[in-house]
Amino acid sequence: MASFSTNQFKAGLKLMIDGEPCNILENEIVKPGKGQAFNRVKIRKLVSGKVLEKTFKSGESVEGADVMDIELAYLYSDGEFWHFMNNETFEQVAADEKAVADAVKWLVENDVCTLTLWNNNPIAVSPPNFVELEITETDPGLKGDTAGTGGKPATLTTGAVVRVPLFVQIGEVIKVDTRTGDYVGRVQK
Amino acid sequence: MWQPTASIETLKNRALFIASIRQFFTARGVWEVETPILSNNTITDLHLDAFKTQFDFDTNGQAKSLFLQTSPEFAMKRLLAAGSGAIFQINKAFRHETAGRFHNPEFTMLEWYRPGFDDQQLMAELDELMQLTVDAKPALYLSYQQAFINYLSFDPLTINLEQLKLIIAEHSNDEWLQQESNPDTLLQWLFSMKIEPVLGYKEQAYEEKDKQWTPCFIYNFPASQASLAKINQQDKRVAHRFELYYQGVELANGFYELQDKAEQQKRFENDNQLRAQAGLTQKPVDENLLSALESGLPDCAGVAVGIDRLFMLKYNLTHINQAIAFDVNRA
Repeated sequence: MASFSTNQFKAGLKLMIDGEPCNILENEIVKPGKGQAFNRVKIRKLVSGKVLEKTFKSGESVEGADVMDIELAYLYSDGEFWHFMNNETFEQVAADEKAVADAVKWLVENDVCTLTLWNNNPIAVSPPNFVELEITETDPGLKGDTAGTGGKPATLTTGAVVRVPLFVQIGEVIKVDTRTGDYVGRVQK
Repeated sequence: MWQPTASIETLKNRALFIASIRQFFTARGVWEVETPILSNNTITDLHLDAFKTQFDFDTNGQAKSLFLQTSPEFAMKRLLAAGSGAIFQINKAFRHETAGRFHNPEFTMLEWYRPGFDDQQLMAELDELMQLTVDAKPALYLSYQQAFINYLSFDPLTINLEQLKLIIAEHSNDEWLQQESNPDTLLQWLFSMKIEPVLGYKEQAYEEKDKQWTPCFIYNFPASQASLAKINQQDKRVAHRFELYYQGVELANGFYELQDKAEQQKRFENDNQLRAQAGLTQKPVDENLLSALESGLPDCAGVAVGIDRLFMLKYNLTHINQAIAFDVNRA
């Protein structure tokens, strides 16, 4: 993999830092008028998801990380791996629990997810921004309530728990924003 | 991308802002000069690089290098040595380095010189300029040594490299810092990362950010970072060099100017040695400046101010490209 000089640093560049692929979130040049220039960068470690700040002496080079994002449809889980497929080539990719992480509660069959590959191995899975899931468990609400007075928790088929308005019932399908975990609305079946 | 990066309204405000600076100096009898932007010579600084251009029409028939000036300092000192008296200049300066939020390779610099002033008097004049043109509060004054003592609880003038690395380790685990052998680089890192961002910041309220900041002068830089300043005769560990910081941004650098030709020559040569050690090309020494010093530079102080940055702070702009018509990408 090529290496990158600090002059090439910008948001979105993928680098190997502390043996882990990282994504630059922000890059700032700090240059004392008469002194050494530094780059202060905010990075996200792509395996652990940790965000941290690093500094570099300007002019140094850092090894790039062979990281890319691909779009794959979710197929099924065998308990150990979560299987995804490229809808055009039918090529399959299996992601482990660590890569799937919190995305597990938003995985819906045939939904297209973004997988981050490092050296061709999946290290992260991002679900679509919106998913539709059926409610398997929730307290029966008052029929007439449509104002949503705080709502109630509802468990979905994937195990995710979402706050829903009181009128929403077991068996209904709802739309959820996976970025915030917020209820968006009911889906007509 | 033909459109300007700054709004027309901002650019009109900028014109008024620059006019107000000119007025400030004219009212004080400091006259405006123009010196070459293209020069036969350049600076020898380890950490500054000039753009180099080629002139094909020299009368000797040979192509020769001309440099875009990094600041008008040398040329203005030649005017001072020729008897100009107090002078100022607002013009373009160029640095061959990465563009960023506070950096554009081409930028506007205000520089002025005051015969008969020392660094303290010049800081006071810059303080007045800040109050008049950007409505700043009266500035704070802190020595380099005191700033480190106040913010990081150690004395930068007595600390050794090993102790410095222990302190750095409390703030960062970046490996290169522990391998660095130049104590000034580590001091600059601590200053830039840990002191500068909070210098002159008084209150915790973030809502009215601009009201919470006070400009802060840092003076008596270590002699090892003297640049073109006189060494302090009362305490030879420090030099008559100062910088101005406001809202976490470095705005100005000034000196009680070095007049000694031999000392100036030594510093140029020392710079070039450092450049060689760092694997950089050595720079020709500006003989015209040395001759001017030999002929006699009046006792004076001078300072350079980044006008784009100052304007950014006045109008709460977050990127230098909002303060100039066309940044380097659209130039």
